[in-house]
Amino acid sequence: MDKLNPVELKKDFPILKESINGNKLVYLDNGATTQKPIQVIEAINNYNKLSHGNPHRGAHKLSVLATTEYNLAKESVKNFINANNIEEIIFTKNTTESLNLIALSYGMEFVDENDEIVLAISEHHSNILPWQRVAKEKGAILKYMYLDKNGRITLEEIKNKITNKTKIVSIAQMSNVLGTVHPIEEIIDYAHKMGSIVIVDGAQSTPHMKIDVQNLNVDFFVFSAHKMLGPMGMGVLYGKKELLENMPPFLMGGDMIEYVYEQNATFASLPFKFEAGTQNVEGAVGLRSAIDYLKNIGLDNIEYHEKLLTEYALDKLLTLDYINIQGPKDLEKRGGIISFTIDNIHPHDVASILDSYGVAIRAGHHCAQPLMRYLNVPATSRASFYFYNTKEDVDQLIAGIKNVRKWLGYGS
Amino acid sequence: MDLNMIYTQLIMEHNKSGHNKKSLENPDISEKGHNPSCGDDITLEIKLNGDLIENASFVGVGCAISQASTSMMIDLIKGKTIEEAMELVETFIGMIKKEITNEKDLEKLEDAMVLQNISNMPARVKCAVLAWHTLKEALSSL
Repeated sequence: MDKLNPVELKKDFPILKESINGNKLVYLDNGATTQKPIQVIEAINNYNKLSHGNPHRGAHKLSVLATTEYNLAKESVKNFINANNIEEIIFTKNTTESLNLIALSYGMEFVDENDEIVLAISEHHSNILPWQRVAKEKGAILKYMYLDKNGRITLEEIKNKITNKTKIVSIAQMSNVLGTVHPIEEIIDYAHKMGSIVIVDGAQSTPHMKIDVQNLNVDFFVFSAHKMLGPMGMGVLYGKKELLENMPPFLMGGDMIEYVYEQNATFASLPFKFEAGTQNVEGAVGLRSAIDYLKNIGLDNIEYHEKLLTEYALDKLLTLDYINIQGPKDLEKRGGIISFTIDNIHPHDVASILDSYGVAIRAGHHCAQPLMRYLNVPATSRASFYFYNTKEDVDQLIAGIKNVRKWLGYGS
Repeated sequence: MDLNMIYTQLIMEHNKSGHNKKSLENPDISEKGHNPSCGDDITLEIKLNGDLIENASFVGVGCAISQASTSMMIDLIKGKTIEEAMELVETFIGMIKKEITNEKDLEKLEDAMVLQNISNMPARVKCAVLAWHTLKEALSSL
């Protein structure tokens, strides 16, 4: 049973009450960023009003308060993804920075010539470019797992691409374009057998489903706050302690040191070794508040509500013969992201015209050009849901699509 | 923003007609233009006769606005000299940037004048100027 009441929850989100171009806002671009509830906005406000100081530095009250807030956020993230130890949680700017940190620190240190790095063809550019850099620098080989017709990676493909030459497998848990939930349990299991570590990009999955990094036995797990009700400029890197300990620092500077001499330095222990310079404390406060909000309504409930919404949307879209769904058309192992194309109409026209009806979606290549090429489409339109979306929002999308066709002279 | 201002009859006609969408035989210039964030991707082909643009066409994919803008530009530059074409590019870009607003100055853009309103739709400006930037690039490299 759907235990969520999206109409009630929507009331917590001031921006969702706004109208766009004279229409009620229907926000379906949650894969790009989610909106913030008043609780998160106020938590950040209160921090700035009452507790702002530079953490870890001063003995004065405000510095201590800021340090406490920062540490509470770390604790909250640790519990949220069930990490073993708070030292395994590193705060970054976003998922992209987390992935770059792993590539430049772990990758450059432990990947050798002719080693193999395996990605999925559906990866976001942020999980491709850092590995191209490592591969070029170290003479390693970049390989891709391809998708079947339904947008999924088969067990056979996993076994084809991951071999005993593989040093790193890096894959998004949920594709930001297709909504496919990849079989990361099987991938982690098999990669470990082959002696490879696995990095999971949880940017699209963490906001929508329960994550347990210990249960997954994943080596690194990364995500961003702004796709789960939190602020931008706030990202998370989880890494197994024994891996993080052996990695060289990423950025150099204040707060990540132990002793600094004229010609050399020793580094702070985890997690500070990877957190150079003043950190985004208000971002951390916002993330903690977002986690509280999500826990309060329940990740399982969110996942279930979005499943119903995705089913409803897919049913409606599949009845329109000019719509082509890219990715899984069934509900098995997929999340609330639906990419589609409309015959003879470019996605940018779709997004612009929908916008004039108040419906916000994303159009373009979604930072996944290799996937677009693989699917043989120049771009797609993408609707992505969150728990505050309703069936009425989906109805607005469908009505909007019919209007798009009308504007471009294709009847309705 | 009123969609009527952008998705005009004229833009729709150019988008659908495709009369300038083909490959030329042995073009003197073949210039690729690309909007990385949208997936608009066109190749402009030009046949020269001295400094006269004897024929022009394009191939590629893109939204209605970029396709129509490209087609309008090709209609406009056929039979013009390189210098005249460059001047038209500057006028078009000036119009989009709202630097040239005088109707009399804009008249020489003919059909492409209807794209004036695109400046009210910031997200789509780059679709409208793609072909023109591509032409400028092509002609200034001669």
